[in-house]
Amino acid sequence: MEPILADKVQEYINQFAGKDVYIHVETTNGAYASHFNEGFFSAGCFIRNAKVNYEHGKIAGTGPYRIGLKLDLGWIYVEGLTHFELDDQGRLLLSGHGHDGKLAAALEISHTPFD
Amino acid sequence: MNKIEKERHVLVIYPHPDDEALGVSGTLAIYAKNNVPITYACLTLGEMGRNLGNPPFATRETLPKVRKKELEKAAEVIGIQDLRMMGLRDKTVEFEDDEKMVKLVTDLIEELNPSLIITFYPGYSVHPDHEATGRAVVRAVRRIPVEKRPKLYCTAFSKDCERNLGEPDIVNDIREVQDIKIAALKAHISQTAWMLKGLEESIAQNNPISERLTIERLWSYQWDRDEVD
Repeated sequence: MEPILADKVQEYINQFAGKDVYIHVETTNGAYASHFNEGFFSAGCFIRNAKVNYEHGKIAGTGPYRIGLKLDLGWIYVEGLTHFELDDQGRLLLSGHGHDGKLAAALEISHTPFD
Repeated sequence: MNKIEKERHVLVIYPHPDDEALGVSGTLAIYAKNNVPITYACLTLGEMGRNLGNPPFATRETLPKVRKKELEKAAEVIGIQDLRMMGLRDKTVEFEDDEKMVKLVTDLIEELNPSLIITFYPGYSVHPDHEATGRAVVRAVRRIPVEKRPKLYCTAFSKDCERNLGEPDIVNDIREVQDIKIAALKAHISQTAWMLKGLEESIAQNNPISERLTIERLWSYQWDRDEVD
């Protein structure tokens, strides 16, 4: 992973547009957030292998970044993204790492289902 | 402090690579030194871990491969000869079919005939995967007639565990295998780097050695106040 280069990521987002793709999307505070900090209200979600076809997508912000993918009937939105990689299987992996380096958000786009 | 009893076979069931190292790697290393066979059934590969290195050296997609290697290394260091990766997914154990989870445990017990099972104490183990693992083990063992049941020892670390369960009845002195425990923790470096840094600073400053490296605490499951539904 390397720090996001917005222009590069935008290019990749464009390449996946208009095709059937598989999405992994995730936000998390970690399973121990409320254990270490009792007042903390922990929330998060993940969706793995949602099959979608977005008409276009955009990366926004100056870092951490936001990404929105416009679907036929709705949206996929993730904020807090800091790092990216196009992996050896041609999948676009984006993640957001907090000040402690831990993953807080992820958005991944692939032509084939994730394991 | 307890003298560690001789066992026929120890079956360890935890959901995440590193649960064994953090909780019972010293205890297991002592069993291994005494030639007690150990099977570790690790339910997931910790796919959803938040620690990917800082700066990140792994991705969400490579993390399971990294953690699988770490798990194999830790098992080797501890002396676990029979390591089984059960193929569930991190964070989803509590959503699996309950009966399927009981069967997973029952099949292992029937195959291995362990004299001791080690898992998390349901109700006192914080992470939903830990809780679901402990519940499945309790349900499976509960179906075995009392006189035939293996012993069931549980690790627990919720803030209220001692208030509700009392002091742990199994306190193992692991100083003789301290190096093995440190090596097992180091094997899981993607997840333990932060903790190990603290431990090493503490040792460098000649602070009293962390309790984590001298004793391991387990509770015999309290069947007379079984709260698993």
